[in-house]
Amino acid sequence: MWVQALSLTDFRSYEQLDLEFAPGVTTFVGMNGQGKTNIVEAIAYLATLSSHRVSADAPLIKSGSSSAVVRARVREDERSVGVDVQILERGSNKARINQSPVTRARDVLGIVRAVVFAPEDLALVRGDPADRRRFLDEVGVQRHPRLSGVRADFDKVLRQRNALVKSAIGRPRSSIASTLSVWNEQLSKLGADIATARAQLIEDLRPFIRSAYESIAGGAEVDLRYRPSSPRVQHEVQTVDETLRERLELALDADLEDRADDEARRGITLVGPHRDEVDLTLNGLPVKGYASHGESWSMALALRLAAADVLRSDGVDPIVILDDVFAELDASRRTHLAELVGQATQVFITAAVAQDVPVELSGARFEVHAGQVSGA
Amino acid sequence: MYEGAVQELIDELGRLPGVGPKSAQRIAFHLLAADQADVQRLVDALHHVKERVSFCQTCGNIAESEQCRICTDPKRDASVLCVVEEPKDVVAIERTREFRGRYHVLGGSINPIEGVGPEDLRIRELLGRLSDGSILEVILATDPNLEGEATATYLARTISPLGVSVSRLASGLPVGGDLEYADEVTLGRAFEGRRRIESG
Ligand SMILES: Nc1ncnc2c1ncn2[C@@H]1O[C@H](COP(=O)(O)OP(=O)(O)OP(=O)(O)O)[C@@H](O)[C@H]1O
Ligand SMILES: [Mg+2]
Ligand SMILES: [Zn+2]
Repeated sequence: MWVQALSLTDFRSYEQLDLEFAPGVTTFVGMNGQGKTNIVEAIAYLATLSSHRVSADAPLIKSGSSSAVVRARVREDERSVGVDVQILERGSNKARINQSPVTRARDVLGIVRAVVFAPEDLALVRGDPADRRRFLDEVGVQRHPRLSGVRADFDKVLRQRNALVKSAIGRPRSSIASTLSVWNEQLSKLGADIATARAQLIEDLRPFIRSAYESIAGGAEVDLRYRPSSPRVQHEVQTVDETLRERLELALDADLEDRADDEARRGITLVGPHRDEVDLTLNGLPVKGYASHGESWSMALALRLAAADVLRSDGVDPIVILDDVFAELDASRRTHLAELVGQATQVFITAAVAQDVPVELSGARFEVHAGQVSGA
Repeated sequence: MYEGAVQELIDELGRLPGVGPKSAQRIAFHLLAADQADVQRLVDALHHVKERVSFCQTCGNIAESEQCRICTDPKRDASVLCVVEEPKDVVAIERTREFRGRYHVLGGSINPIEGVGPEDLRIRELLGRLSDGSILEVILATDPNLEGEATATYLARTISPLGVSVSRLASGLPVGGDLEYADEVTLGRAFEGRRRIESG
């Protein structure tokens, strides 16, 4: 799969930008702050409907405008699909496939698949659990677009349930028991869907992350483990098989029941995938807090490479986006990364200095200067 | 800001659901320019609706007397009850002509964020109607969104032990939406394919 044409309207610094691409490598070169990342961010947005830099959509809209449009023509074998997403300052985003409006913007997920490497990736290993959950769910949504709706529903149920639990602080639990069990049922159902996708993804990532780390940084014992927030769920994810979803639903329901008193005191939902963690270890030690800067970087790269491998093993060839990563790496890591991503059907690279990009990845090149993008 | 009376009108219109400040202003100026007779008809309609129309004491639907037309229609099947959130859902279901029973309007759905619990809905009234054994089947037709589902689940658990058959409108309705926005064919089909909820 590859992007043949990209048009931006009022997206970030661009009032209007129209570019055409070919398969293989495309590099954007230019000084800091000229608008290189803005372009690849738009491509990545089509894959996940979120930015790899910010969690809210507002900064994506050109300041002074009330909406932005990202439009692309995507080629898969001989087929060609047009997709556009309108990001609105107010109200929910709108999207179209081949000019026809879709019910919800998330219906376009799955048309573009992409894996983004960026300086922000260090947060995957050093940041909060939420950063790792976001990573898992972003890859999960690209594997199973249905998961996007499940996530949205889960967030709504969680908000409703939190409101209910909060309203009952200082009141007898029986006052909300009958409605609470209804929300528990929904939370368990949706939560089991999310946790199952995560557990499966982690199993699938494990061999790939090991070999990716090995090729980037040499031999080390690398592991990643899913650590759900509640005991029964944690026990169930030790075995990943076709019964997992069903087991998780029961486990979540039971764990919710167990924590009901704590929840009643604190007024929040304490059990569920919104509190899960992923443990990353290097030679048996946690990466967070122990690994060196270089090791942390290698781990972050290995996670992204493994994500691309998982998508490839599912039968889709994701676009690889390397946003400003070479400047952060030494020569040998650069070369290894270049070898590993070189096989992708389409690769987009941004760099302030052209010399930072390994020669293996020379391809089409655009110069970006003051919002003007010109072929070089 | 406009002169007193105009601004007052804009403010009042702006309080209506679905009317933003821009529309409120447009409507206000439309009324200002309209014929006296046209405006009078609107004023009368508003008066009459508050004077004559109230809610049916039995089902909670809109009624022009103590009971609504559906509750007093002897041709309607008194053994089947369709539970909906709002009077507008009754209208949507009536359009399909698939349903010949009677209704029960809850007045909303369970929504803790907005502070709406089961005790704020007309659930006690519903259980009262079910207590004499004349109603044999209840069809839960709350909106196909999370709050509607939660309400349906809650009702199913509350009603099933009474020995009444409970069913939920078949899926196939656009998920996440309002019942009233489903087209007639889809809604009709959802009625035919309603699934029985096992008691227990
Ligand atoms: N919503 C927006 N409206 C207008 N301009 C914006 C918006 N968001 C970002 N910009 C501008 O875009 C520029 C940043 O572009 P971008 O991040 O693509 O730079 P870059 O070329 O990748 O730079 P670097 O090499 O430093 O990473 C900044 O000058 C910023 O002010
Ligand atoms: Mg950049
Ligand atoms: Zn009535």
